[in-house]
Amino acid sequence: MEDSGDIHTGFQFTNFARNEKMVSRGFPMPVCRKTGTTIAGVVFKDGVVLGADTRATEGDIVADKNCSKIHYLQPNMYCCGAGTAADLEMTTQLMAGQLELHRLNTGRQVPVIAANSMFKQMLFRYQGHIGAALVLGGVDKYGSHIYSIHPHGSTDRLPYTTMGSGSLAAMTVFEERWHPDMELDEAKQLVRDAIAGGVFNDLGSGSNIDLCIITKDGANMLRPYDVANVKGQRVGKYEYKRGVTEVLTKKVRPIEIVSETVRPIPGEDMDTA
Amino acid sequence: MDVGRMFGEVAPPLWSGGPAPGGFYSFPGTNNKQHETKTHTMYPSTSGTSVVGLVYDGGVMLGADTLGSYGSLARFRNVERTFKVTDKAVLTCSGDIADYQFIREVIEQKVRDDEISGFTPVLNAGALHCWLTRVLYNRRSRFDPLWLECVVAGFKDDKPFLGYVDKIGTAFEAQEVASGFGMHMAIPMIREAREKKGNLTRDDARKLLVDCLKVLYYRDCRAHFKYQVADVTAEGVKIENDLNLKPDTSWSIANFVRGYE
Repeated sequence: MEDSGDIHTGFQFTNFARNEKMVSRGFPMPVCRKTGTTIAGVVFKDGVVLGADTRATEGDIVADKNCSKIHYLQPNMYCCGAGTAADLEMTTQLMAGQLELHRLNTGRQVPVIAANSMFKQMLFRYQGHIGAALVLGGVDKYGSHIYSIHPHGSTDRLPYTTMGSGSLAAMTVFEERWHPDMELDEAKQLVRDAIAGGVFNDLGSGSNIDLCIITKDGANMLRPYDVANVKGQRVGKYEYKRGVTEVLTKKVRPIEIVSETVRPIPGEDMDTA
Repeated sequence: MDVGRMFGEVAPPLWSGGPAPGGFYSFPGTNNKQHETKTHTMYPSTSGTSVVGLVYDGGVMLGADTLGSYGSLARFRNVERTFKVTDKAVLTCSGDIADYQFIREVIEQKVRDDEISGFTPVLNAGALHCWLTRVLYNRRSRFDPLWLECVVAGFKDDKPFLGYVDKIGTAFEAQEVASGFGMHMAIPMIREAREKKGNLTRDDARKLLVDCLKVLYYRDCRAHFKYQVADVTAEGVKIENDLNLKPDTSWSIANFVRGYE
């Protein structure tokens, strides 16, 4: 295969100096859409429970009130994501594809540790420039696992973990109430309360709470599990009723067509700007 | 007088080889310029971490650990950051310990002056909060801040009062207040408990406060297990020292962690 010398893979930093100069001259850099977030995962008796809030922010604005932060990887594993929204979407979709190929290649269910290794190897290769912080959870023949994966490529395997801007608020709930071998309902309530801590106490997290329960029998996605922030009902109508403004006079003037001309315009290329 | 050198230097030397009036002698061979303006330190040296406070049914409770950190060194393990101002006010500070000790001495003198001059209304928490706000804001406006995050607890007009003052002069009153890491970890815990229970009794408040300090000990790198609790009620102030939360901590999670993948 011919190797074109112009093709570069990975991130390009050639515009860095130019960008710095532009910023110093007052050019407002566009803000990326982030999922300032609360995500969490716990291991319970029969599997794992993953939870996430649903707010996506662009600087100080809520870009999406109900985005989905629990991404599908395999029937036996899902991944919650915090950080740059585009990076998360692309990374998880890429990994889902790679994991499916892995499953077809080996002919067996993919172990969660395989996904963990794939994520960390990719993120480390990009040295943290891919802003993806993940809570990966799943059940395989080796047991139930929760991993937290950081943008620079470090991973931790823990019985409970939280990530995102609301992670401190969520972690307090886990530190108080987590214990080994919880039942499903207790685990669901625990994760719901942890995410709610983030939703109500962190400005980067908000709206609803999604849960995903994974056991050896498969995954169950509960979206939304808890509509924590209901939009208020509008109390009054501020339009004027018909008849409030008095009609004094009425004059009707029809548009008269004086003449008609037809001028054919030559075909133009579609404007794709 | 050499006119040519008039604009180049501060003043011509009175004697050859010596410093200008008010200046320091510059040793030959050194090339660091002696600053003439006072530079104020803008960083804390020995510092205290979070303070947590909450209002309960009948009073206010404050908790803080007793660690004075020197950067990442746990240098002084029995620094009492809480002090009783009067029967109606308690002050706990996080941030620079030296600034805390300074402000404590100023406040103690202030209370003494009130007593001496026969000024009967005892300094209450609201008045202390207000005064502290003005002092800290004025210091920051002169670019010489007292590097503190103070929590003022007590009574104001017979009602429990809890307030926060910052090194930049941010001040507010609330039912639950915390500084440092406590803001991110203890406040959500207290809010959740209040939502579930409504009115907190003294025992609820005590248990919640100790739970908050315990979680902070788990998750704050600069926290310590020895702590103090101050309880202010209509009867007065009670400060308990030398409390230890280490026996109540659980590290059994260690059994579930093997490696990192």
